[in-house]
Amino acid sequence: MQATNNSSRLLLPVRMGFVVLSLIVALGLNFVPVGRFYAVPDFTALVLAFWCVREPHRIGMGTAFILGTLVDVVHGAVMGQHAAAYVLLAWASIINSRRLLWFSPGAQALHMVPLFLMVQMVMLILRLLAGHHFPGWEYFFTCFTTAALWLPTHYLLLLPQMLPIDRDENRPL
Amino acid sequence: MSAHDHQTPPFFKRGLPPGARLTIYLALSFGLLVGDLRLHYLETLRQALSVLTYPLQIAAATPADFVHNASDYFSGLVSLQRENAQLKSQQLNMASKVLFNEQLRRENAELRGLLDMADALKVRATAAEIIFTARDPFSRKVILNKGSRQDIEPGSPVVDPLGVIGQVTRVFPLHAEVTLLSDKEQAIPVIVERSGLRAVMFGTGNGLMELKFLAANAEVKPNDRILTSGLDGVFAPGLPVASVIKVTRDSAESFARILCKPIGSVERNGAVLILSRLEPHLERPVDDESNDPRRASGGRIRPNKPATEASAPLAAGSAPVPAQSAVPQAVASPAHKGN
Repeated sequence: MQATNNSSRLLLPVRMGFVVLSLIVALGLNFVPVGRFYAVPDFTALVLAFWCVREPHRIGMGTAFILGTLVDVVHGAVMGQHAAAYVLLAWASIINSRRLLWFSPGAQALHMVPLFLMVQMVMLILRLLAGHHFPGWEYFFTCFTTAALWLPTHYLLLLPQMLPIDRDENRPL
Repeated sequence: MSAHDHQTPPFFKRGLPPGARLTIYLALSFGLLVGDLRLHYLETLRQALSVLTYPLQIAAATPADFVHNASDYFSGLVSLQRENAQLKSQQLNMASKVLFNEQLRRENAELRGLLDMADALKVRATAAEIIFTARDPFSRKVILNKGSRQDIEPGSPVVDPLGVIGQVTRVFPLHAEVTLLSDKEQAIPVIVERSGLRAVMFGTGNGLMELKFLAANAEVKPNDRILTSGLDGVFAPGLPVASVIKVTRDSAESFARILCKPIGSVERNGAVLILSRLEPHLERPVDDESNDPRRASGGRIRPNKPATEASAPLAAGSAPVPAQSAVPQAVASPAHKGN
């Protein structure tokens, strides 16, 4: 059964340790060197947006700012570029979280496309203002690949909360 | 006592509303942006954060490296044999040059002494390896596996066996960031080998380079080799940089549009040399305008007339491209960036 506000399924409370771990893993995935291949999903933005939608009172713009600054340092980008984009993403996810949670995960992914596109647009505008070069239309592929990963991420990150309190040999979930 | 155990959920204590928090964090981000782009205050913060993220970065790079090495391992005997034969012939080729090198060097030093000229730039070469390409799609940078622990300084040129590939722009304790020549922010003073014309070369941002501010009738042809001129005191003179691929002469414009392709295998993995200086950097020549900005607009007669005239064509040259006017600083800036 899908874990949305629509379903009658009760989830276990989230463990903050798991949230932090998932954010660190996402950050690590963002640091994998891929060279000049543009369609690589932005894992940090994905996991950040996911927790902002799921746990808007715990994960928010402060986390987004810290993660963005770290990504800026490692990518060799201008400081504050990812930070500004992630803060905006966190804000948009938080104010949309109640509405988003009524949709199925697939529909949520569709709703996330404009949000991830906004992240890319903000970074593009900031860098163009700073006098850089337009990197080509391939640059925008990232937001679609990121949104496509919303569905698998949804199940992967909610897995610990879907585990039953009383362990059943035949029904692990 | 028990009243503390059962706290009511925070209905009213929600902290700042999202809009206010957004404003605060956006202001912080823009502060970072301005601090980094305009004021260059954030290098220390960058250094500190890079130490924090380096373990994660290496952890992320290792599996990718493993995949790369594995593909090398299975690349087969034939390609290795071919490479071996190529290296052997190359070594034979080099041997004759190396044998004469020592004699030529002594002769050169003596002749320079006779002519009372300054000694040629003395450099120390440090071998390093490109670990990966930086992810930022707006710039062209690679990361090397040597940093300030190995005495790498910002501003040092980086060469590969074929030619110059770029310049070290940021040094972290364990790694260094190299801005490639094809980056839009990177400039390098060059000389056209055939005609001896001096020019400045800029990256175009798409893997090529452009010779700028050369007159429309300048003596440049496709396939000309471009070498470093050494005018900046940063790059040693005579290093191959690029070859001209296309020259467009439009009579409507005063400058020719000259596109060049890098000779060094820019944007590929492999071993490179970092050429650090053995002597301290030359003092930057004092120019009136940077010393006292009021003088330029003040309309006062300057005491040294020739200096004014010398700087005038330079200002005229950079005038048609206002976006580029900040770029020539990139050549000289590493000297003060490092401090």
